[in-house]
Amino acid sequence: MALPALGMFIVFGVVPLLGVLALSFAQWDGLGSIHVAGLSNWRSVLSDPGLPHALWVTFLVMFLSWAVQTPLALLIGVFLAGHQRYRAVLAVIYFVPLLLSSAAIAITYKALLDPNFGLGPGLHLGILTQDWLGKPVLALGVVIFVVSWQFVPFHALIYQGGVMQIPASMYEAAAIDGAGRVRQFFSITLPQLKYTIITSSTLMVVGSLTFFDLIFVLTAGGPGDATRVLALDMYKRGFQANLMGPASAIAVILVLVGLGLALLLRRIGGSTSDSQLEGA
Amino acid sequence: MATTVHTPSPATTAPHQKEHAALRRLLRVNWLGGAASWIWLALVIVPLYWIVVTSFKQQSAYFTNNPFAPPTAPTLDNYRLVIESDFPRYFLNSVVVALGTTVPAVLIAFMASYAIVRGSGSRFLGGVSGLFLMGLAIPLQATVIPVYLIIIRMGLYDSLLAIILPSIAFAIPLSVLVLSNFVRDVPKELFESMRVDGASEWGMLWRLAFPLTRPALVTVSIFNGLTVWNGFLLPLILTQSPDKRTLPLGLWTFQGQYSVNVPAVLASVVLTTLPILVLYAIGRRQLLGGLTAGFSK
Repeated sequence: MALPALGMFIVFGVVPLLGVLALSFAQWDGLGSIHVAGLSNWRSVLSDPGLPHALWVTFLVMFLSWAVQTPLALLIGVFLAGHQRYRAVLAVIYFVPLLLSSAAIAITYKALLDPNFGLGPGLHLGILTQDWLGKPVLALGVVIFVVSWQFVPFHALIYQGGVMQIPASMYEAAAIDGAGRVRQFFSITLPQLKYTIITSSTLMVVGSLTFFDLIFVLTAGGPGDATRVLALDMYKRGFQANLMGPASAIAVILVLVGLGLALLLRRIGGSTSDSQLEGA
Repeated sequence: MATTVHTPSPATTAPHQKEHAALRRLLRVNWLGGAASWIWLALVIVPLYWIVVTSFKQQSAYFTNNPFAPPTAPTLDNYRLVIESDFPRYFLNSVVVALGTTVPAVLIAFMASYAIVRGSGSRFLGGVSGLFLMGLAIPLQATVIPVYLIIIRMGLYDSLLAIILPSIAFAIPLSVLVLSNFVRDVPKELFESMRVDGASEWGMLWRLAFPLTRPALVTVSIFNGLTVWNGFLLPLILTQSPDKRTLPLGLWTFQGQYSVNVPAVLASVVLTTLPILVLYAIGRRQLLGGLTAGFSK
């Protein structure tokens, strides 16, 4: 009974995964025939300064979006867990950004941040009237903001679910021992949320490799190549410059980054699960 | 038989709620969290409000008015323009792709989950399960170049099926992970008693596991449906004719064409989001409950 799923996954998952490795040693323009190219793709990709830049931007987006989202989501999640009444209302609206397509969100923010016709000039607010998507640092900031706008609520809901599972008796015991609210947060809530934090961080980190749609529509990697993350680099080399070989080499690097991160996060998760057992 | 086992007894939920009341009391005075929550709520609502308000404005009014003021002369022209472009066609394509992906993907993922849970001793099924787990760690969009090649060689390029087939494959890993967690929760005694009654594995799959995991099946379907509905990369690289565009791709090209006409662009955003919002209003409880439960487990 596992065969239909296995078959589909092999044809469109495993075979392409091996195929991308094979194509990274081939020359193909996306239309014509495929030739063996040996190591030339890898040589050109690895010596191209575009690669370290794309890697840097990818990790920067990954780290910044994690660093912005986690404290906010944690704060909001803990708050939501304590207030059933507001929670219902907030959760309904919080979820809406998650329903919109990245294309729709990117298009909206593009219009909203337009230096001539956007929100800033409309409200005559100097601070909001900037060439948001035209300056490298600002464009990167906008990407992080839009990503957070879309996903903070979702992670807040995950944390809220995690907090609800912490036994109230732990807080009562802490209160009897005279621990204040801040102390309770750092001594009970945070350690108890270890798994939730790992789950949420994994989703954020692995998810950040898939911000292709958003960045593609919002900045197309620009200005210059300020927001050109790996996935975008792959697309541009492959489907715009018709260099499928080098694009495949980038894709292999993308896979390696994804796998490396997954292993790293798993290791962190594994070590905490041991300490969790000791505590119990 | 299944119903008698599955109803939760009220006795077990009562102390649980009492605990939550105590937790709530302790968490109440969280000013920082409260402030963050409400500020974030405003941050979410303001752009959404702006989209809706602006979509009813005339193009000339857009440049002169306060962006947050309601339109002085509300107009449906923007919506007319969007509908008269090819959006009904894009909508239909999106429906076909979303249903064509979600239904088979969830069904075969469910069958696989059942097989993996029931045959947990088998080395083959253990390997299959490991393969799917590996699929979770790999950014599947990195495989689009060979997928593009395979689709061309299959003669499917520029068809809706070209989007559907890889989408099904991409949906399998997470679906199997979530569904097998729920199939595992079905009490073993139920399988045993059905086996004694002479049921086959196939019969147990549909008459026992399927009804008992229905909430998870709905959640996984919604999640996959949403992912495919909003998908951008596969339609972008696997189709080229305008009449094969799905909504996100249609949005993007529409925005390219009418970039100066912001109200019309925003009307297209509203129109493409409306169907999901309607479904969300209907299935909200299921989606929120399912997702948070699934990830906080």
